[in-house]
Amino acid sequence: MSAPELIIRGGTVVDATGERRADVRVSEGRIVEVAEGLEARKGATVLDAGGCVVAPGLVDLHTHLREPGREEAETVESGTRAAALGGFTAVVAMPNTDPPLDSAESVRNVYALADGAMAQVAVAGAITVGRAGERLAPMAELAALGVRLFTDDGDGVQSAGLMRRALQYATGLGVTLGQHCEDHSLAAGGTMHEGAWSSRLGLPGMPSEAEEVMVARDIALSRVTGGRVHFLHLSTAGSIELVRRARAEGVPVTAEVAPHHFTLTDACTAGYDPVFKVNPPLRPQEDVDAVKAALADGTADAIATDHAPHAPELKDLPFDQAPPGMLGLQTALALATTELDLPLARIVALLSWQPAAIAGLDPDHGGTQGGPVAPNAVANLCVIDPRATWTVDPTALASRSRNTPYAGRTLTGRVRHTVLAGEPVVVDAEAQR
Amino acid sequence: MDDLDAGSIGDVLSVTDSFAEVGRRANPKVPALRGRTVATLFFEDSTRTRMSFETAAKRMSADVLSFSAGSSSVKKGESLRDTIETIQAIGMDAVIIRHSSSGVPARVAEWVDHCAVINAGDGWHQHPTQALLDLYTVRQSLGGGQEGTDRFRGLRVTIVGDIRHSRVARSQITAYASLGAEVTLVAPATLLPPSLEGWPIAGVSHDLDAVLASTDVISLLRLQAERGSGAYVPTMREYSAGYSLTARRALQLPPEAIILHPGPMVRGVEIASEVAELPSARITDQVGNGVAVRMAVLFLLLGHGSLDGEAA
Repeated sequence: MSAPELIIRGGTVVDATGERRADVRVSEGRIVEVAEGLEARKGATVLDAGGCVVAPGLVDLHTHLREPGREEAETVESGTRAAALGGFTAVVAMPNTDPPLDSAESVRNVYALADGAMAQVAVAGAITVGRAGERLAPMAELAALGVRLFTDDGDGVQSAGLMRRALQYATGLGVTLGQHCEDHSLAAGGTMHEGAWSSRLGLPGMPSEAEEVMVARDIALSRVTGGRVHFLHLSTAGSIELVRRARAEGVPVTAEVAPHHFTLTDACTAGYDPVFKVNPPLRPQEDVDAVKAALADGTADAIATDHAPHAPELKDLPFDQAPPGMLGLQTALALATTELDLPLARIVALLSWQPAAIAGLDPDHGGTQGGPVAPNAVANLCVIDPRATWTVDPTALASRSRNTPYAGRTLTGRVRHTVLAGEPVVVDAEAQR
Repeated sequence: MDDLDAGSIGDVLSVTDSFAEVGRRANPKVPALRGRTVATLFFEDSTRTRMSFETAAKRMSADVLSFSAGSSSVKKGESLRDTIETIQAIGMDAVIIRHSSSGVPARVAEWVDHCAVINAGDGWHQHPTQALLDLYTVRQSLGGGQEGTDRFRGLRVTIVGDIRHSRVARSQITAYASLGAEVTLVAPATLLPPSLEGWPIAGVSHDLDAVLASTDVISLLRLQAERGSGAYVPTMREYSAGYSLTARRALQLPPEAIILHPGPMVRGVEIASEVAELPSARITDQVGNGVAVRMAVLFLLLGHGSLDGEAA
């Protein structure tokens, strides 16, 4: 890409090395200079970053792009556009597509679809063939294609024996297994958090323990195998406490939490609107508080969106029949800046270099995401205006679907520009292509 | 049911008195809803509730359209929302909805304008007219004047059976409690809701024998095998041994106590056949009163406006 030189001027650079006032000069897709008072050469594009934070591009560990199979809900093209508008320069595509991403062919297909997309797409491969939980997918073949994270997301691996074998196998490949923690024997048929609200509303519930027993099991399996487990979208105080203790002990586990689990409670379900149906379900306030505490004390390594588009007609079904899932890519950063009592640098860490490391997309693993804003690095950048306020309008989102639970909510903090490998793909909150 | 306070319940019961009188006439028909059109939308099978509502509407001279999911566009894949919008476009004053999913009447009420939505039972959630007809039957049985609802204060109501999956129980509990009755739930722990936080109940027991002597009204619920209740107790025999109202147990009730069952009743499981035939069992009265209560609800919603548009 022989794009003209780009200067991001007037912002505060924030990365894993700290914060400093600096302009950033980008050329040929790479950062070439980071210093105060940079002069724009003739023909250069200048992006104003006054009052803004210039950060490494955000990395989403948990995106459902829906392609192939559910193109009416989302495509790689529409999903990566939403990602770019949300400040993400890389997303990890979940494998629960149709067909699922459990073979080299299916992974190559997604890479091909993502060629030229508005964000880098990394694939999470399935742990088991067809995500059926019966036998291992060809993990080495997928790892050879660059897959670094494997998960049967949508479901957890129900068999402890199979999960143990998968973890053992993963150690030889240097890959991480992501787990959607949900014990089917406890959760099956559940449509929301089991508790006071589900009891009152007459909806079948999923107890917290359905998540927690699998978290506890996988910690034990990680300990015995040495295999790395990444816990997807943890939602209960009990899960978080289990992970906190395991990490203190040195068990190689990491964890992500989703924005809806630190902003919404199960009381939102009272009107039976399936836009609030998600899996794991919205939990009571004490769990929301525990998720926030996990972000504050480092027990949670990442904020991941679990962006899960669904066509409008599916969200008009009765609550118990509607599919679970919410949009997340365009609201994640703003929900974090609005709802979390954390410094912006911490929020960026949770959305950028920490998830990049878990996904194996960071410079330490040969990737280019989440790295320091420094000369020679590939210019994957995100410029955040922490004071800008905006109101969520579902019809204005880039996703093909409309299932955001935040319609009408006013948020503080907005992605102003996104730069992907030197190309300004979002400028002043507008997609450039 | 949560939307009805004690005053509104009293209004329904008073109006029901008038319509019960209509029901006893040789020609039990009044012109109260002439020119009005109501639709019954039953997405789940029901015999008594549907017949009861349709009879109620016809006795008030309303035009009644009957829609059942089994023989309609739903079978051809039409969505709930499109079905509702189509029916509204045809022109309805009220839709009476039964659905196996909790919350459908509440959602439908958001989708329609100028059309009353009456919940005829949604999932495990609510069945308000069943609770109202229970109250009416109890008030009738207690005697001592038809006016007011004071007789419910301190009344000891015991609800026995599959409360977890029961929309009837959820409506009954709210209804009785709002009139000041003391409600005790009796069931194996597996057939109780996962949480009773905030429920207006006096207590929970797993021992039916222990509560019979202090019961004024006992309401028995069916084990809902179609909702998988069977897996919540080891065997029907074991359930009946602990929770069936047998003749022996019925003798432990105070002499004035009354026995209710919302139907359909499974004799030999939750209630012994001979108990269902006792004079204190008001099960067939409940069915008859159901028509009068539903006439009252339709009249209050469509005749004038003292109840909210949505009975949820």
